[in-house]
Amino acid sequence: MDQRTMRQASVAGLSSLETNKVLKNTYLLLSATLGFSAVMAVMAMALNVPTGAYLICMIASMVLGIFVLPKTANSGAGLGVIFLVTGLLGFGIGPVISLYLSMAKGPMIVATALGGTATIFLGLSAYATMTKRDFSFMGGFVAVGMMVVIVSMIANIFLQIPLASLGISAAIIMLMSCLILMQTGAIIRGGETNYIMATYGLYLSIFNIFISLLQILGIFGGDD
Amino acid sequence: MEWMQIGALIAMGLMAFAMWPMVKRWRENPVEAQEGDWSTAVFILGLVALFVLMLIWSVQ
Repeated sequence: MDQRTMRQASVAGLSSLETNKVLKNTYLLLSATLGFSAVMAVMAMALNVPTGAYLICMIASMVLGIFVLPKTANSGAGLGVIFLVTGLLGFGIGPVISLYLSMAKGPMIVATALGGTATIFLGLSAYATMTKRDFSFMGGFVAVGMMVVIVSMIANIFLQIPLASLGISAAIIMLMSCLILMQTGAIIRGGETNYIMATYGLYLSIFNIFISLLQILGIFGGDD
Repeated sequence: MEWMQIGALIAMGLMAFAMWPMVKRWRENPVEAQEGDWSTAVFILGLVALFVLMLIWSVQ
């Protein structure tokens, strides 16, 4: 083996090690933040927090996620911020879960949404990890899709059409699935090197899939 | 529930604000799909859709 080939092999090996480290740290932090969110959700349910808290927590976590997290993601403070963001989202979702649990088939709907979210995430992540395919070609589709979904959501705040919210939830599940493939692919291919930002992206995709599944299953399995 | 609508609007506005740099980046540097990329993606998304339908069927 000549010197150049040896150097290339060494760089590829190092890069692979670096990628594995980012992936491992991302999954570890993701597990920790999901666990923390679950604890916060149970706490909110035990405290009987009103449903309106969901919106307040969501806005607060979005402000932190947009303005604070990117600035602190390269330091230790980023870890504190991501736990704060995910804790707020978990605390906000607590009253929503309480609302679903009070329905006739509530416990089954919540359990199915949880299991479904876990299956979708694990399946997509496993596929992206095994194939090592570059899914960034879906970026334009996801970006346009998300903008269409946001406009539809704004319109539906005023129109309140149940069929539209069903379509929006279905579209969110599809778009978040694309994002999981893209984000996992980016970590595997070395496109994402910051595990805190990678965790934030994957956490949001999982959170959105869970909320959307809960809504869809609530509509079809509800006792209305 | 007017304040809820205002809150939802703020949340949507923030979401659009957060999405905008990503939209801009993908518009400026689009990544071309290679042969077979889209068919694979459609197949995977089809599986996700089937799985969601199965979940709906299980709660009915």
